[in-house]
Amino acid sequence: MTLLEPVIGTSAFFLPWVLFLTVGLILCILGATAYLTWAERKVLGAIQLRKGPNVVGPFGLLQPVADGIKVMVKETILPTRANIGLFLAAPIFTFFIALSAWAVIPFGAGVVLANLNVGVLYLLALSSLGVYAIIIAGWSSNSKYSLLGALRSAAQMISYEVSIGLILVTVIIKAGSLNLSEIVNAQKDGWYLFSLLFPMALLFFTSALAETNRNPFDLPEGESELVGGFNTEYSAMIFAMFFLGEYTNMILMSAMTSILFLGGWLPPLAALAFIPGFIWLILKICVCLFLFLWVRGTLPRYRYDQLMRVGWKWFLPLSLLWVVLVATVKLCGGAAL
Amino acid sequence: MKLRTRLYYLFMLDIAQGLALTFRYMFKRKVTINYPYEKGPIGPRFRGEHALRRYADGSERCIACKLCEAVCPAQAITIEAAPAADGTRRTTRYDIDMTKCINCGLCQEVCPVQAIVEGPNFEYATETHEELLYDKAHLLANGDRWEPVLAANLAADEKKGRPE
Repeated sequence: MTLLEPVIGTSAFFLPWVLFLTVGLILCILGATAYLTWAERKVLGAIQLRKGPNVVGPFGLLQPVADGIKVMVKETILPTRANIGLFLAAPIFTFFIALSAWAVIPFGAGVVLANLNVGVLYLLALSSLGVYAIIIAGWSSNSKYSLLGALRSAAQMISYEVSIGLILVTVIIKAGSLNLSEIVNAQKDGWYLFSLLFPMALLFFTSALAETNRNPFDLPEGESELVGGFNTEYSAMIFAMFFLGEYTNMILMSAMTSILFLGGWLPPLAALAFIPGFIWLILKICVCLFLFLWVRGTLPRYRYDQLMRVGWKWFLPLSLLWVVLVATVKLCGGAAL
Repeated sequence: MKLRTRLYYLFMLDIAQGLALTFRYMFKRKVTINYPYEKGPIGPRFRGEHALRRYADGSERCIACKLCEAVCPAQAITIEAAPAADGTRRTTRYDIDMTKCINCGLCQEVCPVQAIVEGPNFEYATETHEELLYDKAHLLANGDRWEPVLAANLAADEKKGRPE
């Protein structure tokens, strides 16, 4: 059963209901994204013995609103020599991809917009598409910083997508399904974090950091050497689209980590099952997001060769080895897994 | 590399240590001074916004000796003088271009009558350049406004002994 099942036959309500759910989901995600920027500044502030935003509203809670007004009021600068069409399309594309991936994320048993049987593939495909937006942005800006940032970003995202793909394969082998809801249900007897897949969970999270261009793998942005990377020439609302896209991707990656390894909407103890599933999922997403921010406050940026070495010489062989290992264990009596 | 070190890096213990450190710091006392609401302490020799002082009877201290104009390394001060009605020499014009001023404090250092001083006020940002071109009236008004603090600061400085 899914959210759409009760209306699927009655065509009069189908479209409005889908529209309502989609718009609701998008609004929730946008709100979460806005407050993620607030949380990031608070957490980083706390780590650096600062207070973070605390003037606009109680605890600075209205800061995202003020920031939103600011970026909307500012002038959008279009570089003369930029390819304007692509220049404008790139941030829209990023944002579109970051939002559309949420269609397959299950928030509870059956609480999912599109219960795809190939949900994992869909997510992988969308995250690969994200590279195009970055390449387009870097190329159409007609600026050396943007182009170099875009190249770095593309190389990094592709490298880490390879290991993310293999990590997903280990999860798929263990769960026996590409459907995200099925993968969560398969974790009823124990989250994948506390199993043979434990190293894969760490690897997945680290790859997620690289995939979303976050510290310590934020070389594409590299403000100290690339003046902001692929979004150097962007300003005002079109910049905000990239920014929101990046943060939405962070939330998405946290949701994926929660679903693949932390049991999605399942409560940690059976006794706590009275709390609805989506709250558990949101809590787990928050924990992952905190990890994102915590890592950012702790680690310096990797060098580019280090990034590539870790990606190709450590993550790839390790995840490949784990695919073989998990498959072998599964064949010789999966209960021991 | 020793096996111990290799294992240390393999299990990412270095990163775990770093994360533990930042986590502890998250709960430490913040060092932020909440600026518009709290301010840091300012010493008596703080060189902020300029002010022209008066004597207790209300007459201007400045004798138009133009030493400050001469010493000013940024040439921010412009003075014109003429005899006043009572025969004393007074300034008819005393302008400081605050956008040229480098707050070096030489003007107050050189002033023989402690007329021009740099006060404790540093919050005089404006939205236009013209507002920072101070004239004599503005500087005297500053002096009237800050006189209690200025006098106290000068007294405190006197006790410490001014640098030769």
